[in-house]
Amino acid sequence: MTRRLSLFNITSLVLGFAFLYLPILLLIVYSFNASRLVTVWGGFSTQWYVALFRNEALMEAAWVTLRIALLSAALSTVLGTLAALALTRYGRFPGRTLFTGMVYAPMVMPEVITGLSLLLFFVAIGLDRGFWTITLAHTTLTMCFVTVVVQARLMSFDRSLEEAAMDLGAPPLRTFFSVTLPLIAPSIVAGFLLAFTLSMDDLVIASFNAGPGATTLPIKIYSQVRLGLSPEVNAASAILIGIVAVGVATATFLSKRSTLRSQRNAH
Amino acid sequence: MGAVRRSFAPWSDPSATPLIRAENVTKRFGDSVAVDNLSVDIFEREFFCLLGPSGCGKTTLMRMIAGFEEPTAGRITLAGKSLAGVPPYRRPVNMMFQSYALFPHMSVERNIAFGLKQDRLPKGEIAARVEEMLRLVQLEKLAKRSPSQLSGGQRQRVALARALAKRPKVLLLDEPLGALDKKLREETQFELMDIQHELGMTFIVVTHDQEEAMTMADRIAVMDHGRIVQVATPGEIYEQPKTRFIAEFVGDVNILEGHVLGQEQGLWRVRSSGAATPLTIDDPDEVLHENQAVAIAVRPEKMVIQRDPPGPDAVNVLTGEVWDIGYLGDWTVYRVKLGSGAIIRVTRANRSRFVESPIDWDEQVYVTFAPDAAVILAE
Repeated sequence: MTRRLSLFNITSLVLGFAFLYLPILLLIVYSFNASRLVTVWGGFSTQWYVALFRNEALMEAAWVTLRIALLSAALSTVLGTLAALALTRYGRFPGRTLFTGMVYAPMVMPEVITGLSLLLFFVAIGLDRGFWTITLAHTTLTMCFVTVVVQARLMSFDRSLEEAAMDLGAPPLRTFFSVTLPLIAPSIVAGFLLAFTLSMDDLVIASFNAGPGATTLPIKIYSQVRLGLSPEVNAASAILIGIVAVGVATATFLSKRSTLRSQRNAH
Repeated sequence: MGAVRRSFAPWSDPSATPLIRAENVTKRFGDSVAVDNLSVDIFEREFFCLLGPSGCGKTTLMRMIAGFEEPTAGRITLAGKSLAGVPPYRRPVNMMFQSYALFPHMSVERNIAFGLKQDRLPKGEIAARVEEMLRLVQLEKLAKRSPSQLSGGQRQRVALARALAKRPKVLLLDEPLGALDKKLREETQFELMDIQHELGMTFIVVTHDQEEAMTMADRIAVMDHGRIVQVATPGEIYEQPKTRFIAEFVGDVNILEGHVLGQEQGLWRVRSSGAATPLTIDDPDEVLHENQAVAIAVRPEKMVIQRDPPGPDAVNVLTGEVWDIGYLGDWTVYRVKLGSGAIIRVTRANRSRFVESPIDWDEQVYVTFAPDAAVILAE
């Protein structure tokens, strides 16, 4: 359906997008500011990006963030996929509703509470706060997002494909690896990217569970801003936004395409 | 009847052992009974059709043979060995799925090779077998394509080739022609029969399409509510249906309800509200008693429609007026409203291209049928 947009539609669209994205746009524009004063435009320059890459503290934080994001995304992809399989494949096992609720809870739980409870837990078991505690905390946070994405794909999955594989002599495990896994792979990758971006830009849970020697980029940026605005932070934020945007867009594209393909093959 | 091969009738040989035997098989899903205490024998090289409306349990029976469901009670044996607890991947049975279930991430070639790879056959042998299968279904040129690049008919062939590749003892086909259009369906019916004959395999086909079953099958099992109501050759099913359900499900039929008056010289006399005089029916196998309520089933093509009154010796004369005429080219269908208000269907083959003063709408007509054209069905 192609309907022409009325003046009213265009106005509300522009206002809506402006409300959502003007601050971010402003941040990106000012990251190319030649002036040291964040609020005064002094011409175009990429000097703050150069300065950023020379700022060892920020680069160290970025490196830690990247490692945490990759590792926690990998962990939550495995766990989230297994949870999705359990929820779609094993029928109505006892406690299924409880399990569903518990898998999805971190999605709606206030981050402050998730962060705090994890902190208490890590203190209780005597785990030193740092790289590993943030990684585990982020795995807890992002696992449910992987489950949602993979479960959606499994629901539209034609079960007779697996039956056909078994009928042709493939035992269950081989059926999973030769038929199921390749077909749900795009949604698993999408889940991974989603988990990765969520971990990249998380501030609240990370700051609860961070310790000396492991500071993530969002924590670093936040603490720098409290000491005064710096154009370097603008540049770092702009890069972060870029990575997150690419990740989310790819995830959306992958999960859409895999759903479309499964629909096309059903007929 | 298409597939009846002369002298192929192992089911009438008491010394023959069946390839597949279902004994008192019951399958329940929760409270509902999908298959109800069903027993059937299927013989080697047989083309066997399970025919019935949706929900009659035919697919469930097939899935139990394939191993996707286990019977709640009773047992299924294959060549004398019980299949209980044998998982689908260890049964010498392959299935062609209704949705075809082609692996979308594999080429045609790799789809066909999948089953052979599971058996860890040497590479050369797999390639040779895939080639043979592609030739069998005439898809040599499409070996490298992916399933999404194929037409419906081509996908159907790939699914068939994949299921045949392992040379199973039994091939199960779930509504194999359901997704094809009419022309293609007809051609494919004959192809399936040729392939089955050539490979000497046992085929079990599930279908709800009676025409498909009639064309292809050596024997048809008509199913209803989880039970088999009749197992017989297509000819027997059509000409000697055991119940009213079968008569109505397989082909078109006119049902005249009535009461038995008695038997005269081996012929049954039945009073029916549709006819002025008692009907004479030649169905000697039926055991009936006086005043029993019966249904008389007559196929539309076994009735004769005419404008002129039949002679005084004529039996089974119905009178009525033409309610509807449907011209189908090869046949013309007349719907005739009887005095009782019942509407019957009479078909006539259009043997000549032009008919002088053909029977017209609203005309008074006589419909007759021979005593042996009808079947008595106990109510």
